[in-house]
Amino acid sequence: MAGISFSEVRHTYRPPRGKPVLALESVSLDVQDREFVALLGPSGCGKSTLLYLLGGFIPVESGAITVGGKPVNGPGRERGIVFQNFALFPWKTVRQNILYGLEKQGMAKVEREKRTQDLVELVHLKGFEDSYPSQLSGGMKQRVAIARTLAVEPEILLMDEPFGALDAQTRALMHEELLAIMRRAPKTVVFVTHDVREAVYLADRVAVMSARPGRIKEIVDTKLKSNARGEELLQTREFNDRVDHLWKLVRDEAIRAQGAHE
Amino acid sequence: MSRTLTLETAARRGSLIPLSTRLARALIRGLPLILVAAGWQIAPSVGLISPEALPPLSAVATAWWGLLMDGSLASNGVSSLWEVTAGLGLSIVVGIGAGVLMAWYAPVDAIVSPLMKSLYPMPKSALIPVMILWFGLGAGSKIASIFAGCLLPVVLSSYNGARGVDQSLVWSAMGLGASRRRVLWEVVIPGALPEIMAGIRNALAISFILMVAAEFLVGQNGLGYLISFLGDGGVYDAMFAGVLTVAAFGFFADRVYLLLMQRMLRWRE
Ligand SMILES: Nc1ncnc2c1ncn2[C@@H]1O[C@H](COP(=O)(O)OP(=O)(O)OP(=O)(O)O)[C@@H](O)[C@H]1O
Ligand SMILES: [Mg+2]
Repeated sequence: MAGISFSEVRHTYRPPRGKPVLALESVSLDVQDREFVALLGPSGCGKSTLLYLLGGFIPVESGAITVGGKPVNGPGRERGIVFQNFALFPWKTVRQNILYGLEKQGMAKVEREKRTQDLVELVHLKGFEDSYPSQLSGGMKQRVAIARTLAVEPEILLMDEPFGALDAQTRALMHEELLAIMRRAPKTVVFVTHDVREAVYLADRVAVMSARPGRIKEIVDTKLKSNARGEELLQTREFNDRVDHLWKLVRDEAIRAQGAHE
Repeated sequence: MSRTLTLETAARRGSLIPLSTRLARALIRGLPLILVAAGWQIAPSVGLISPEALPPLSAVATAWWGLLMDGSLASNGVSSLWEVTAGLGLSIVVGIGAGVLMAWYAPVDAIVSPLMKSLYPMPKSALIPVMILWFGLGAGSKIASIFAGCLLPVVLSSYNGARGVDQSLVWSAMGLGASRRRVLWEVVIPGALPEIMAGIRNALAISFILMVAAEFLVGQNGLGYLISFLGDGGVYDAMFAGVLTVAAFGFFADRVYLLLMQRMLRWRE
């Protein structure tokens, strides 16, 4: 059971120097077990902060977050996160990065080598196993980060703009891979993105956040009735209506975010 | 990208550049050194400088050979090497430990940090007499002086390096199941390594300064002692031979360290 519940979560950053920043204000959201929820919202509205709280990396000070009914209390292997900046270990090769979590699990050597090789192939990085992150492009780093997180088979995937650095073709490929992974081993996913079409395509529901301080402004059901996939689905009326609706919501917030800065 | 890289590596290995060009380049790189050596030989010989103040290079070379043959270079070199290795080695172990713990545990930081920062600008050689008082006239006080002088640069670079490690790397490791203690070994220290290694390079230079200074004061043995002993005895050509030996020693230690550093930080590109 890996349902997630946020209730009235508030978060203030208190930098050692400078004023406190209210990043999130009363966020409430329920994500069902094995549901795919995308988070959309203007830059700086607290999407990453929400994932860090859920990941257990920063303590919940106000409100509550539960996973499978239990309050979040520190990081846990059942919640795998892909960070916005990839967060690869720069001193480890691609292979060593992917192996890290498997070593922590105490998996047998032969088995973890095999798993790593499978993942390298899954994210199309064959031939780069022994490269260091500094030798990879942004998109390649992103794929290593995804492979490293998938390696430990978390029940819950937290993804912070995981495909942001990819070109359109690779991104479409990664979308199909992600959906295929979900079909094989369904997971609960919280997926942050700026791309409205990506959100509608991948997610069961899309939560739109307001400009900072972040709140959930509206939740849109994006489980489409059409059985079409890929290019075909992108042409359907249903798909494009959802995209248009979400696009307007996001644009309004983006304008408000702009205004707040001026 | 990988193509230009191979070309470059090939060029560095010299397989693409003709031998004559390579010789010419080596000559140009060595030229300043050759000029200084020639000046050193000629100036005292023709009376431009008194040979008392600067014996000609050939005399220094002869004296050096003498010191080598009678074993004084070897015996004193070994004691100096031992002092530097022990003092610097100790400062590296203690310094990395202290610096990383300061960065990782706030209470340690609160206690140690102000102390470190106020001690940092102190001239390290001022500690030598104190060390002699505590450890007596022997290898102990010299090692302690080198240790004390090298400690702060290592502590501060480890501290800064560890604090600079990206938060998300620490979180990644914890999310993948690493304990806080493992994160310290597997993320914080490797992440801080570039700064730590730069700090150790400074410490290496300081260790040579303190080694020579402490040997001047403590005496008994070591290359610094040899230099001051020969200088006091008025054997200036041999004294210069000692000075050159220390300089070469320091130069090669730094070069070897630089190679090690490049090897260990290969991942940085
Ligand atoms: N460590 C921090 N200290 C102080 N303020 C912070 C810190 N991290 C984030 N903030 C502030 O909190 C707010 C939310 O940040 P967050 O990174 O969660 O936004 P985001 O929605 O992920 O933005 P983006 O889409 O640009 O990644 C921002 O206004 C930011 O300035
Ligand atoms: Mg973000």
